[in-house]
Amino acid sequence: MDQKNIAVDVDHVVKRYGSVTALHGVTLDIREGEFFTLLGPSGCGKTTLLRCIAGFEDVSEGMIRLHGDDITPLPAHKRPVNTVFQQYALFPHMTVLDNVAFGLARRGWSARDAEGRARQVLKLVQLTDFAKRKPGQLSGGQQQRVALARALAPEPQVLLLDEPLSALDLKLRQAVRVELKQIQRETGIAFVFVTHDQEEALTMSDRIAVMSNGHVQQIGTPREIYEAPVNRFVADFIGETNLLEVDVQTVLGGRATVALPGGTVIDVPAADGAATGPGHLSVRPERITPTDGPGSVTATVDSHVYLGTDIQLHAKLDDGTPLVVRMQSSGADIPAQGTRLALDVEAGAARLLAD
Amino acid sequence: MAGAAPGGGASRSEVYRGSGPRLLLPAWIFIGVFLLLPVILMAVYSFLTKEFRGGVIWEFTFAAYDQFFLNRGLFGDEPPTIEWTYLGIFWRSIWQAGLATFFCLLIGFPTAWYVATRPVSTRSVWLFLITIPYWVNLLIRTVSMKFLLRDTGPLNEFLMWTGVIAEPLSLINTNFAVQVGLFYSYLPFMVLPIYAAVERYDFALSEAAADLYCDSWTTLRLVILPAVKPGIVAGCILVFVPSLGAFLAPDLLGGAKTFMIGSLIEEQFKGAAGNWPFGAAAAMILLTVVMGVLLIHARAQMREDG
Repeated sequence: MDQKNIAVDVDHVVKRYGSVTALHGVTLDIREGEFFTLLGPSGCGKTTLLRCIAGFEDVSEGMIRLHGDDITPLPAHKRPVNTVFQQYALFPHMTVLDNVAFGLARRGWSARDAEGRARQVLKLVQLTDFAKRKPGQLSGGQQQRVALARALAPEPQVLLLDEPLSALDLKLRQAVRVELKQIQRETGIAFVFVTHDQEEALTMSDRIAVMSNGHVQQIGTPREIYEAPVNRFVADFIGETNLLEVDVQTVLGGRATVALPGGTVIDVPAADGAATGPGHLSVRPERITPTDGPGSVTATVDSHVYLGTDIQLHAKLDDGTPLVVRMQSSGADIPAQGTRLALDVEAGAARLLAD
Repeated sequence: MAGAAPGGGASRSEVYRGSGPRLLLPAWIFIGVFLLLPVILMAVYSFLTKEFRGGVIWEFTFAAYDQFFLNRGLFGDEPPTIEWTYLGIFWRSIWQAGLATFFCLLIGFPTAWYVATRPVSTRSVWLFLITIPYWVNLLIRTVSMKFLLRDTGPLNEFLMWTGVIAEPLSLINTNFAVQVGLFYSYLPFMVLPIYAAVERYDFALSEAAADLYCDSWTTLRLVILPAVKPGIVAGCILVFVPSLGAFLAPDLLGGAKTFMIGSLIEEQFKGAAGNWPFGAAAAMILLTVVMGVLLIHARAQMREDG
């Protein structure tokens, strides 16, 4: 990656609050024009990292660069980045138009130019008719779009979004997701998007950084994160997975041979850092299929959940390990409770984790 | 605040609509007897003829207002000119009250801000400390202020002991002393409403302002002050109005040169030298001015809120 295509360079950033460390030396690059998501459970440090980039928090150690320039010592109001806040933080005493033009006026735009630009951005978020309203007179979805317009108006080098969809109801959230992604593509501005919702992250992002306990666990495209998780945390946090305890016999060149519970030995892809000995194999429920042959494992069905297109089977391996299997519901009989099933684990789709 | 909650509001008002007037009756009676009636009484008195030993004779006259605004010479037989004595006192009162309001705001706003930004657990302690002086009678507090400020008082003694001054400063009987008295008397009335407003303030707005290129002062001017304005206005009214009519501080801490309208009114109702209709007229004029200012403010506020 060429250095000048990096929008934000987070370099070994440590953030401590007294004796609590919120970020343990986080390093990541956000590329220009990219939709980058910080994903993790609450308390993982994703919002803290975003606030460090915005300048609301001082970093304890490390450096943040914006297009190569060190912005670590700059206060928030001198950083050419803008934020969409979780609860929007719209100025209640100003009209929608004044809210959107606010940042422009502060950057020295004339009142006329600022209004022109603000109207242009309001058009982008489809709020032209609401320019003269006060934020209190708008619905949550409309307020969210005003917040987006206000942050986009000054053409920031990077747009920071702090769980901007969490205050919307589900239907609206799904619609706004598409809209937001579209606006990101149209403007070409790098978005740094904080969320705890993995579905949001997977559907919108170009790349995702999965965080937990102040560490970055993995950075990659949604597909890499989902299909090639590096460790148990990522595998478990993103989507549904089965973590099988396996005996790793050999690891060589990104592949490994492992003995499944029950003794079948299969050849699987391995994450960097996987070692021989006891290990964990991640297998997605949709990658395990009932078979007429001997199968790689046998399990006893406990219960099932009918999901329309799919049926989710909850089963147990002979050694008691719970196993979730997702099978297509079309035409197939649902195995009754207590049925012993021979299951094939799709070796290419399973993954030995680095723990 | 942002629009009322849908649904619940409508049905609730349905329930109470019928009983509303009846439930308000005690409040109306109270306001009528203790607020409206005395004001009407004063209005009536201001048009009556004075009796020399205090009290009134029930004869209608404009004499009190005439005396306030017009100068007809020592014997009342010259052509009328404008009487500046009382208008001067009136103007000085407005000036003093305005100044006191300004100082209360200057000190009260940072104080309120400080208290409102403390952790929730310690806020009530700070509020308690601010209201402690109010457990003591206003008269006692004002007298003790006189003691502090007098030529041989602790303040002068201290300044002379440190060598900052050689002679005692004459602080008492000055506008400064009256200001100190008014400031001390009414500061909490400024702090408390501003505190309430700041406590409701959403500090994410300050972050949003900083994010949109505002330094601290611009944030204060463009975002914080408009957001807490209702508290500031309430505080200013609560300080200005009683300061305008105050008589304890000007009486005890001021002198002839610091005479205020409150003292003028007070004197008219005290002892045999009093003139009840004139005092009532002065009070009515004061009331009219205060109500006028408040109405103008309310009108402006309504226009702003659309």
